[in-house]
Amino acid sequence: MTHLPYIIGSYGLTFIVVGWLAVDTWLRSRRARITLAKIDPRGMR
Amino acid sequence: MTDVSTAPTTVARGRNLHRFANPGRFLRISGVILPYLAAMAIIVTLTGMIWGLFFSPSDWQQHDAVRIMYVHVPAAWLASSGYASLALCSLFSLVWRHPLADLAAVEIGPVGAAFTALCLATGSLWGKPMWGAWWVWDARMTSVLVLFFLYLGHIALVRAFDDQQRGYRAGAILALVGVVNLPIIKYSVDWWNTLHQPASITLTGAPTMAPSMLWPLLLGGIGGMLGFGALVTARLRAAVMERRIRALTLAQVRREAE
Repeated sequence: MTHLPYIIGSYGLTFIVVGWLAVDTWLRSRRARITLAKIDPRGMR
Repeated sequence: MTDVSTAPTTVARGRNLHRFANPGRFLRISGVILPYLAAMAIIVTLTGMIWGLFFSPSDWQQHDAVRIMYVHVPAAWLASSGYASLALCSLFSLVWRHPLADLAAVEIGPVGAAFTALCLATGSLWGKPMWGAWWVWDARMTSVLVLFFLYLGHIALVRAFDDQQRGYRAGAILALVGVVNLPIIKYSVDWWNTLHQPASITLTGAPTMAPSMLWPLLLGGIGGMLGFGALVTARLRAAVMERRIRALTLAQVRREAE
């Protein structure tokens, strides 16, 4: 199967890009939630 | 003469649009929806990808390289529909001054750019074994590259001004002007002789693809849309909280200065 490296590359790249977006978004949300809870506990409501 | 009978409808529409502009209400509603949206996105996307990668048949001509389609085509759909949603938010921002539309446009930009880059990269990885070239200046590929630059332009422009509102306004205008590229992307394979194959799925005709390939592709597309929605919603929630943090910090600094 000579096309295997291209297939692995495509799926690997997809997981890296989507994973990076998800982790970055989660970290940013978490940071914002913790900071807001410290400043204004009512902020999440 | 203005049609008076339409006035209440317009007012009601405006009120409905602004119902979800309240940041507190948005955080409450999105907080409930987001976990379900993310879970559905993961389940549907993984089902489509696993089906496409291991259980769908290989193509008689492209052999197993056709499996790249199950990540490339959903990424292409997300790149275009993401830009359409960016333009829609820009329209809401310019016409109705919807307060969350600006923030949504800012958050759609990087996600859309990432999926457009993914579409170009996976297309390149598919092109090399099929065409013998990583890249050709084909109408479809070039118009998608222009889309990627439009996303980058929007990301840069909204952050280029000291006055945030001016940045949002400039970004919204760029986004609306860039919409002209979407039909070019869609019809480039029909208008010009391209190396890129024409669409296998259209809104008007039956798909020219076997159901055993069509279903995993559709699942990948639906899962991708749900994932895109989940990512943008989560980023928008973070942006709303960050804006509140900035406002509260600024108010505190002002109080201490007085």
